[in-house]
Amino acid sequence: MSATIRINYREALRQGLREALLRDERVFLMGEDVGRYGGSYAVSKGLLEEFGEERIRDAPLSESAFVGAGIGAALNGMRPIVEVMTVNFSLLALDQIMNNAATLRHMSGGQLSVPVVIRMTTGAGRQLAAQHSHSLEGWYAHIPGLRIVTPATLEDARGMLFTALQDPDPVLIFEHASLLNVEGEIAAEPRAVDIDYAAVRREGTDITLITYGGSLLKAMEAAVKLAELGVSAEVIDLRTLRPLDDATIVASVSKTRHALIVDEGWKSGGLSAEIMARIVEQAFYELDAPPGRICGAEVPIPYAKHLEDAAIPQIDGIVAAARDLVK
Amino acid sequence: MPSLGADMEDGTFTEWHAEPGQQVARGQVICVVETQKGAIDVEIWQAGTLAKLIASPGQKIPVGQVMALVATEGEDWKAIAATAAEAPPRGAARSERPMPASAPGPVPAAVAPGEMPVTVPATPGRAKISPAARRRAEELGIDLTAVKPSGTHAVISIADVELAARAAKPPDRQAAMRDAIAAAMSRSKREIPHYYLATGINAERAISWLEKRNEAVPIGERALFAALELKAVALALRETPELNGFYDAGGFRPGAGMHLGVAISLRGGGLVAPALHDVDRLSLADLMARLKELLRRARSGQLRSSEMSDPTITVTNLGDLGVETVFGVIYPPQVALVGLGRLQMKPWVTEGTIAPARVLQATLSADHRVSDGMRGSRFLAELDRLLQQPEILA
Repeated sequence: MSATIRINYREALRQGLREALLRDERVFLMGEDVGRYGGSYAVSKGLLEEFGEERIRDAPLSESAFVGAGIGAALNGMRPIVEVMTVNFSLLALDQIMNNAATLRHMSGGQLSVPVVIRMTTGAGRQLAAQHSHSLEGWYAHIPGLRIVTPATLEDARGMLFTALQDPDPVLIFEHASLLNVEGEIAAEPRAVDIDYAAVRREGTDITLITYGGSLLKAMEAAVKLAELGVSAEVIDLRTLRPLDDATIVASVSKTRHALIVDEGWKSGGLSAEIMARIVEQAFYELDAPPGRICGAEVPIPYAKHLEDAAIPQIDGIVAAARDLVK
Repeated sequence: MPSLGADMEDGTFTEWHAEPGQQVARGQVICVVETQKGAIDVEIWQAGTLAKLIASPGQKIPVGQVMALVATEGEDWKAIAATAAEAPPRGAARSERPMPASAPGPVPAAVAPGEMPVTVPATPGRAKISPAARRRAEELGIDLTAVKPSGTHAVISIADVELAARAAKPPDRQAAMRDAIAAAMSRSKREIPHYYLATGINAERAISWLEKRNEAVPIGERALFAALELKAVALALRETPELNGFYDAGGFRPGAGMHLGVAISLRGGGLVAPALHDVDRLSLADLMARLKELLRRARSGQLRSSEMSDPTITVTNLGDLGVETVFGVIYPPQVALVGLGRLQMKPWVTEGTIAPARVLQATLSADHRVSDGMRGSRFLAELDRLLQQPEILA
C-alpha cells in the first residue's frame, strides 16, 4: 500500500488544479475572484502566488465574456480551465457553452476542437437561496458535444480535472457545494481517473440506488441503514452524466431488479427521467417493480434551512422509498 | 392444519373444496392437503359457515396453524370475515400503493406540479405482474393465474413466481414417504420397548364358514378372509383394551373406538395404514365394503384426514405374499401391532388325531410400557377363540 493523506474535497480540487498547472504549461485558470480572493469557495487559494497572474486570471463580472474567452483560447491551442461561480450564473454563458463550445467541432467538419474545461459549483445545502443553489447539470447533460462530469469522491475531485483536460472537446465539471468540507483519506500520490464510467460504490443484491455528486454520500448512508433493515442496496455513482454509462446501470439493475434514482435536480424533464427511460428501454424484462425516483422538490430552492432540507433528497426519504420499492 | 400422522410437522395446502359463505357439515371434505403420504382430503369437524379462507395453494402450513375461519350457528360470517385482519381478499387486484412524496420531511403546503399525488386505479380482473416475474414464469412454465402476490403492493414478483415453481415441482413422493416411514419406525424402535408373541391358529372352521357364507350371497357381497380376520381382531381387543390406544407424554390413552389401521402397500413402494373406524361394530358385509373402498382410495391417493390421524392399532397382513409370520414394528404413538401371516396347510393335532389344517400365524407386537406378555397372550387366545366361532364375526 502506498501512503495516504487526509484531505478534504476543497483541497483535493486544489491539488487537481495544481497538478494540471504543473504538468502542462498550456493550462491556465480563469474566473471571477479565482486569483486575489482565492476563489469564492477558496478552491484556488494560494495558486496566484505560486503560478502568477498569467496563469491565474481574475475575470470581470461577465460570464459570457470570460467563458467565451476561454473557448477562444482553447480553439487556439491553450488548455483553459474556466471557473464559473455557480451553475445558476452559468446561464449567462449558456450561449457560449451551447452555441460555440458544443457545436464548433461539428460545424467545422472536425477542423476545430474546443478543449476547454469549465468548472462550476452546483447544488443546495449551504443556504444560498434560489439563485445560487440549483442543480442544472441535468440540463447540460441534454447537450450533444459536451461531456458532463460530477466528482463525488475525493479521488475524483482531484483526478477528474486532468483527465478532462486531455479531452479534445469541452468538459463541464460540476462540484457540489455541500461536499467542499468532506474529509477523507486518499492516496498521497495523485492517480489518473477515467471520466467514462460509472462506479459501483457499494455492492448489493436487492435494489440499486443510482446517484451522483452531492447525493452520493446520502445514498451511501441510506444503504447502511437499509442493510440494518435487511435490504441490500447497491450504490452507483454515475460520475459522468453525459455520456451516461448505460452498461453499468443496466447490469446492476438486472441483478437487483429494483432501481431508485436519487437526483437533487427537479423531476420533470430531468436527468432522473432520462435514466429511468433508459432502464425501462434496456432492462424492462429484468424489473421486478417500477423504477422509483427521489428528486429535488419542484420549487426554487428555499433559503430557510428547514425548507431547504425538505426540498432536496435526504437519507430518511431514500431509505423509505427504497424499502417501499422492494416490499 | 390437522396432524395427519404422528410425525407430521407441516402440510402443503393444495386446494379448497369450499368457499366463504358456504354451509359446512361436520365431516365434510373442505380442502386437500399434500403430505409426505400423499394428497389427503381434509374434513372439517366444526359445523357452520365458512367465513374466511386463509390458506392458499402452495403454502406450507405448520400443524396447528389456522387455515380458515368458521362462523358457528348464530354468528355472522361476514362480520367475522370483515374483522379478520388480513390483506386484500383473494384474487382481488387492488392498488394499495401510496405514491411516495418526492420530498422527505415537511412538504410545502402548495403542491407543485411534479408532486401531484397520482392514484393508480385498480384494473379489475387483471393481476399486476412485474416484467421480470412474467418472463421468469414463461421460462419455468408457471401459470401466472395460479400465483398469488406476497408483497404489500399486490404485484406478482419474481420471488412469488419462483416460490410457485418450487411448490409446483412434483415432490418426490416416494422419497418423502420413505423419509416419513424412516422417521416413524426409528422413533418406534428408539422409544417403544417391543415384546413379541406368536401363535398358530387353526383356521379351518373360519374358512369353511366363510366359504359357505360367500356361496349364499351375490358375488359383490363376498368377503375376503382378511375382512374376517379384521373383525376378529377388533372384537378380541374388547378383552384387552390396553392394546388399543396411544402412548404419549401423558402415558397411555385408550382409543375412542376400535379404529384398525390397515397397512396397505402402495404401487411403487411405501405403505400407508389408514383407519377403518369402529370395526368391532361393523357387520362383515359393511366391513368388506369399507375395506374395498379404503384400498381403492389409498391406491389412488384420496385418503381422508380422519383416516390418517386416528388409527388406534395397526393390522398388517403380509399373508398374500407367502410369508408365514410377520413381527411388525409399532406405529407410534400406537401401542400394538397385529401381524397376520399366510394360511399354510400343516399337520394339526386335535384330540390325539393328526389332520391337515390351514393354519394362521398370528403375532402381536406390543408396547411393554403399557401391557405385559400375559395380557398380550390373552389377546391372541381371544383371537383364536373368535376364529373358532366365526358366526360371531358375521
